Amino acid sequence: MEFASQILFDRLPTEFYAAAMRGNLAKTFTLTDTQIFRRAALPKSYTDLLGRKLFLFLLTVQGLVAFALITLGVILRKSGVARNVIRPRIRQEIARAGVGLLPMFLFVALALGFLVIGQTVSALAQVGATGYLGSTMVIVIVRELGPLLAATLVLARVGTAHVIELGTARALGEIEALEALGIDPVHYLIVPRVIGMAVGVFALTVYLIIGALSSGYLWAFLQDVPLMPGDYFKQIAEALGWLDFVLLALKTLAFGFFIAIVTCYHGLAQPLRLEDVSRVAVRAVTQGVIVCVLVDALFILLYLLT
Amino acid sequence: MSENQNPAGNETSPPLIEMRGVSVGAMRDFSFRVVKDVNWSAAAGEFWVIAGQQQSGKSDFLMMTAGLMLPVQGSYKLLGMETQRFGEGELAERLRVGFVFEGGQLFNRLTIRENVALPLQYHRDLSSTAAAQEVQTLLDLMELTPLADITPANISDNWRQRAALARALILKPEMLLLDNPLGRLGGRHLHWWLRFLDRLWRGHEWYGGKPMTLIATTDDLRPWQGAQRKFALLRDKKFLPLGSWKEVVLAGDLIVKELLVIPIETTI
Repeated sequence: MEFASQILFDRLPTEFYAAAMRGNLAKTFTLTDTQIFRRAALPKSYTDLLGRKLFLFLLTVQGLVAFALITLGVILRKSGVARNVIRPRIRQEIARAGVGLLPMFLFVALALGFLVIGQTVSALAQVGATGYLGSTMVIVIVRELGPLLAATLVLARVGTAHVIELGTARALGEIEALEALGIDPVHYLIVPRVIGMAVGVFALTVYLIIGALSSGYLWAFLQDVPLMPGDYFKQIAEALGWLDFVLLALKTLAFGFFIAIVTCYHGLAQPLRLEDVSRVAVRAVTQGVIVCVLVDALFILLYLLT
Repeated sequence: MSENQNPAGNETSPPLIEMRGVSVGAMRDFSFRVVKDVNWSAAAGEFWVIAGQQQSGKSDFLMMTAGLMLPVQGSYKLLGMETQRFGEGELAERLRVGFVFEGGQLFNRLTIRENVALPLQYHRDLSSTAAAQEVQTLLDLMELTPLADITPANISDNWRQRAALARALILKPEMLLLDNPLGRLGGRHLHWWLRFLDRLWRGHEWYGGKPMTLIATTDDLRPWQGAQRKFALLRDKKFLPLGSWKEVVLAGDLIVKELLVIPIETTI
């Protein structure tokens, strides 16, 4: 009987069906196709490696597009659901991705104005073309550097926080808890972040551009460039067309939307363990930068076409 | 009250849970069957305790029972409706079932008060001020008021589990499913839970005296002894309804002995 007792109490389940991680760790861990590719051993040939990378790329694109469409669908379909919960969440996210970053952006605006003016004044002065200072600032700061820099900074400061927060929530089973309470995780967790980040990137880009253009004149003045403030801002106003305003708004909203989609996708859409969170955060930031550059390239094409 | 009679005194009420030939898949690998061929009915007002060793599939079974997972095979009617058809349109039905996770699984960035208020605010579209009174009443009932403005990471497992119960109860579900609720509790909390669950089952005054259907899983049967509860066992991928406590004792099953922490050679 003693033997029987030992067998009974010490026996191991013949099949570990699941849930190696219990308690506070995620008890669900289904490997997605992407994760299977990432965890597989290195292939024997370079062409196989290339093929695997291509598959990974396509699977990631597929996942991101599906996640973006689902999120858009939820934004449209549930715009009137639980407003008293979702609206404060959106305000919180706008504060985090917008207002909270304002001091840093003012500093960056000062620095950006200095960098661009410092370089362009010396270059333009050599050919006697300081009259083009305003239009140069518009091309460099309004169309390109301003939005891209704002997006990158928001990605670094807030996007990483999104991946870590959502990844931890996923690993700790909070997503299952939301589902058990009948709360749509995309509606409660993702929609406020996407809207907050889109609005945040747009607003911060506007502040960054205004700050950089103003500080640009300040630095030009300190370098004794013979340019009156009225002339400088007139040059800028003349260089700006209505298309600049439209495309700037669309571009920054797109940056915010896609950064939020990439970071939330990596944090939420795949099953995670706690130890995966840091690795996924790095991957999300890299992909976020790539997506921003791709969106930027698309808008350059739009400028060229129009 | 007779042994198998529910507190509503109605033995012929339609089943809230009706499983016919149901197989349950593991959440990790849905193709793997954790429990097979379950035939089980639970009527309104019953109190079921489902016992099983660790990794016997209790959590997966309970999540499937709550409608959070679909059965791999068979027919499962929850609240009289096939769970295969459950979608967003059936949200109101879903909310008739409350679920308490093992360990609570509270939202770590929210305070205990916000955790409890969230389902109420979300489903009734209430501001935090409008929901405050109802939330406070429940917090008082659960003795959670002193901890209400603290985040879950800063309180003990005992209180986290109780906060999870409050969160599951705030929408006043008809049926409550609890995944190993007593597993992490200290002595005082364990007695509180048993008393409170019993009051819920019989009809708590906070709930207007309406009896609640309860289904709990456990890996230790000792605290659950009670003639009026119904027991079932998950063993070797099978769901075995045992009946009342008397029948559990009479079954003399080796796994039951283990779940009662009784030496195997002892006759019970």
